[in-house]
Amino acid sequence: MKGLDIRFLYSRECPSYEEALQRLRQVIKEEGIDPSVEVFEVETREQAEKLRFLGSPTILIDGQDIDPQPNPQYALTCRAYRLEDGRISPLPSVEMIRGALRSAIEKRS
Amino acid sequence: MANLRIGDKAIPFKLLGVDDKIHSLGDYPSKNAVGVIFSCNHCPYVRAWEDRMVQIQGDYAGKGFQLIAINSNDETKYPDDSFPKMKERARERKFNFPYLWDETQEIARAYSPERTPEVFLFDKSLMLQYHGAIDDNYDDPKAVKNHYLRDALDAVLAGKSVSMPETRLVGCTIKWK
Repeated sequence: MKGLDIRFLYSRECPSYEEALQRLRQVIKEEGIDPSVEVFEVETREQAEKLRFLGSPTILIDGQDIDPQPNPQYALTCRAYRLEDGRISPLPSVEMIRGALRSAIEKRS
Repeated sequence: MANLRIGDKAIPFKLLGVDDKIHSLGDYPSKNAVGVIFSCNHCPYVRAWEDRMVQIQGDYAGKGFQLIAINSNDETKYPDDSFPKMKERARERKFNFPYLWDETQEIARAYSPERTPEVFLFDKSLMLQYHGAIDDNYDDPKAVKNHYLRDALDAVLAGKSVSMPETRLVGCTIKWK
């Protein structure tokens, strides 16, 4: 499918962004989606606010965070994701990324 | 880069713990190994490794090991790293080790850690024997291939050399004031 607006936001201070981007690209490939991903390095608090950066890494699909938070606080920080099994990880899981992509596709159809 | 090299003596400290008591490196003269981990509340890498820190203390306490966690982060920019929040975290996660507050960052400046978590493992004579990460997989405890800290502890407690005395750090940067 073409046309999903996929943005990957990261801070260089958080070491796992390359792995997260690789994970995102892998899932996009598996889902047969247009592989275009815009990658942004967030360097200032102002950028964090403007780009809706909840911490590194943040993935936005059609403007929607893959793990939306009820009280978002945009900041230059490493991000904690709560995984399906309840553990905390600095990376979103493959399932979380896949679920968000499929949900975005459904909304468009 | 850390101020300690393998073989260097531990730098003493006296810090307030979440139990509202002052804790000192000198409190553990009978221990066979002491692990100082620069840690904090907010960092997702620490949070991913926290349970393993508790497990390691639990598994090695009977062998004379003492883990000590120190939070040196700037709580004004990272309010989750405040002292009250440290108390909550220690309670919630059932920390079985002291969790100390380096409010002035004096101890962090002395040790010069770069990341959280960052391990400094000392032997019975408080000489540094291992410096680095807890293991090689913050993301999945079941996928760990190299249990760096455990392996270092096994060596230190057996009076042997640590085969990997320094490992790559993975974590959040220390939040300096």
